[in-house]
Amino acid sequence: MKYIDEYRDGVAARGVAEQIILEAKPDRVYNLMEFCGGHTHAIYRYGVQDLLPDNVNMIHGPGCPVCVLPIGRLDMALSLADRDGITVCTYGDMLRVPGSGGRSLLQAKAEGADIRMVYSAADALKLARQHREQQVVFFAIGFETTTPPTAVAIQGAQAQDLDNFTVFCNHVLTPSAIANILESPDVRELGTVPIDGFLGPAHVSVVIGSQPYEFFAREYHKPVIISGFEPLDVLQSILMLIRQLNCGRAEVENQYIRAVSRHGNLKAKRMVAEVFELRRQFEWRGLGVVPYSALRIKNRFAKFDAEVRFDLSYTPAKEHNGCECGAILRGVLQPIDCKLFGTACTPETPMGSCMVSSEGACAAHYIYGRYQAAAGTA
Amino acid sequence: MSAPQARTKRKFGRPLNFKRGVIELSHGSGGRAMAQLIDELFTRSLSNPWLEQGNDQACLELPAGRVAMTTDSYVISPLFFPGGDIGSLAVHGTINDIAMSGARPLHLSAGFILEAGFPLRDLRRIVDSMAAAARAAEVAVVTGDTKVVERGKADGVFINTSGIGVVPEGLQLSGNLARPGDRILINGTIGDHGVAVMSKRAELDFEVSVESDSAALHDLVRVMVSAVPQMRCLRDPTRGGVATTLNEIARQSGVGMTLEEAAIPIKPEVAAVCELLGLDPLYVANEGKLIAICPPQYAQALLTAMTRHPLGRRSAVIGEVAADQPHFVRMHTAFGGSRVVDWLSGEQLPRIC
Repeated sequence: MKYIDEYRDGVAARGVAEQIILEAKPDRVYNLMEFCGGHTHAIYRYGVQDLLPDNVNMIHGPGCPVCVLPIGRLDMALSLADRDGITVCTYGDMLRVPGSGGRSLLQAKAEGADIRMVYSAADALKLARQHREQQVVFFAIGFETTTPPTAVAIQGAQAQDLDNFTVFCNHVLTPSAIANILESPDVRELGTVPIDGFLGPAHVSVVIGSQPYEFFAREYHKPVIISGFEPLDVLQSILMLIRQLNCGRAEVENQYIRAVSRHGNLKAKRMVAEVFELRRQFEWRGLGVVPYSALRIKNRFAKFDAEVRFDLSYTPAKEHNGCECGAILRGVLQPIDCKLFGTACTPETPMGSCMVSSEGACAAHYIYGRYQAAAGTA
Repeated sequence: MSAPQARTKRKFGRPLNFKRGVIELSHGSGGRAMAQLIDELFTRSLSNPWLEQGNDQACLELPAGRVAMTTDSYVISPLFFPGGDIGSLAVHGTINDIAMSGARPLHLSAGFILEAGFPLRDLRRIVDSMAAAARAAEVAVVTGDTKVVERGKADGVFINTSGIGVVPEGLQLSGNLARPGDRILINGTIGDHGVAVMSKRAELDFEVSVESDSAALHDLVRVMVSAVPQMRCLRDPTRGGVATTLNEIARQSGVGMTLEEAAIPIKPEVAAVCELLGLDPLYVANEGKLIAICPPQYAQALLTAMTRHPLGRRSAVIGEVAADQPHFVRMHTAFGGSRVVDWLSGEQLPRIC
């Protein structure tokens, strides 16, 4: 595959890896948080960690939209799906996440609810056009990457005057999540979570640009490298972070120059601003209630807001007692520290959100960690 | 063909309307309509001496040796896909399950569950395709069954085929025979079938030129068995793909496996579709592929024999069996790291970003 294979090239990877080994100081530890599930996935799928020296640790951040959606919001989607005449459309990963009582959208579908997996908001809109007798709700999740397509769908529904299409909006914002982690006592005061620097999001930054991260670099003195999602991108970004840390710099640098500019995609940002506005607060699984961290649909588009049309209200739901997803998402605990990990909670029977998506820290660690443990005893 | 046609015309007044006719409940009720469907479609298309006897069973003379038997049901959607359809698939799939024991497949049965309202034209296309696949494989569909369910109770057509074959004297292939050091071979590119089928699903209207690899593998197996009778195990990586098949064998044999990602053949267009849909091709279905495991000293001879066969042109050694207590399948990535290739959890669902 042209334009992809180049970023998965083993020879180039060895070159960068050797450079990392050369430049990483043996007398210190580098704790680097990769913000996105996309990075986590690349690290595990291509075995990036195997190329790093032992003193470079990757901490998996909260950038997996499936993982950070609180159970209460999923319960709202489930309650919609259970109503007659409603079709709920959502992205694939979301289907397996257990809601209250362990019930997932896939289970609701097996029980007869009309739930469809779609690849885009546009597919949901198309479904609504084709089935005017059915109320089609797009269960929208995701960071800034998936927000513009949802805005386009809402504008499309308005232009076509569709009265059977709504969006259940759960779009969240990356910078607020990073700020929340950096502000948490674990990081700022207690220092229990040592984070030396960040690999910043690739696709999100295509939309919002690299500029929003400049504040973190300045205020918290943490370097941020906007990093692509291919394994060579990740490896190169790690090298860039190590270089900054070695000479005490804390700047925003852009590794993903083939797609990200300082100001991002102005047209997409404008579109998002037309349709959405900030929520005063939003609950994140793992991070708790984070102020101004999510979007809701503006009043002028209320007609397409599923929360308005179907009179939905949010009730926080209780997490499983033993589930440590929260601490794992903040980087306070490792998956292996959770007593449910690998016993009650496995990819077959996920109790918490981190075990559901292949981008979740626990699901990734379940596979990789088992190998590591086996290799250790061999 | 002319004799049975003359007979059915006498028996049933008007012939079946293959242009506009549809399956009705009466086609499964045991009466005259069902007899006509069997005569004018199934017996005529699949024609062989056993079917033409018109009995409820086929009485078979089998050559000496161990008999291999298997059964499989086909519920594929869409029914027609690039490179095949449910009819040919139902023949190839069951032949392959028999062939993986090293047996020569001989006879098949076919059970049809039809949904009322299904066009006779499409049914004829499916049965004809089944007949052509069976003829090409020199295997006969010797007995069958037809049931019709109400509209909405099925998805057009479901087919079950069972089959038997005879294993050559002295040959012993089984999933529990893999030993550390053995080599793992495959007869060509992975993921073709799954991608061909997915590309035609209603919700994904994109054009890809990938054809399903659906094919009967028994002739390739015959060649392989005669070249390297010391082979340990054969298995076709259908549902769940290569990853699932290797995990099954690893568990059965109590071993681990190590794959070399760079050695696994894949078409660029299949890799591209998987990339777009967020799928891992190692878990995507194949219908014309087999995994062979053999002792290391025979790997080259086996590979040579395979690549000489039309269904094995792109054969490759993709890894080896390892001693590994937890029975993991690992892979050296082309990138230079390693990962576990685990059992699939639930359905393979696309990632969102």
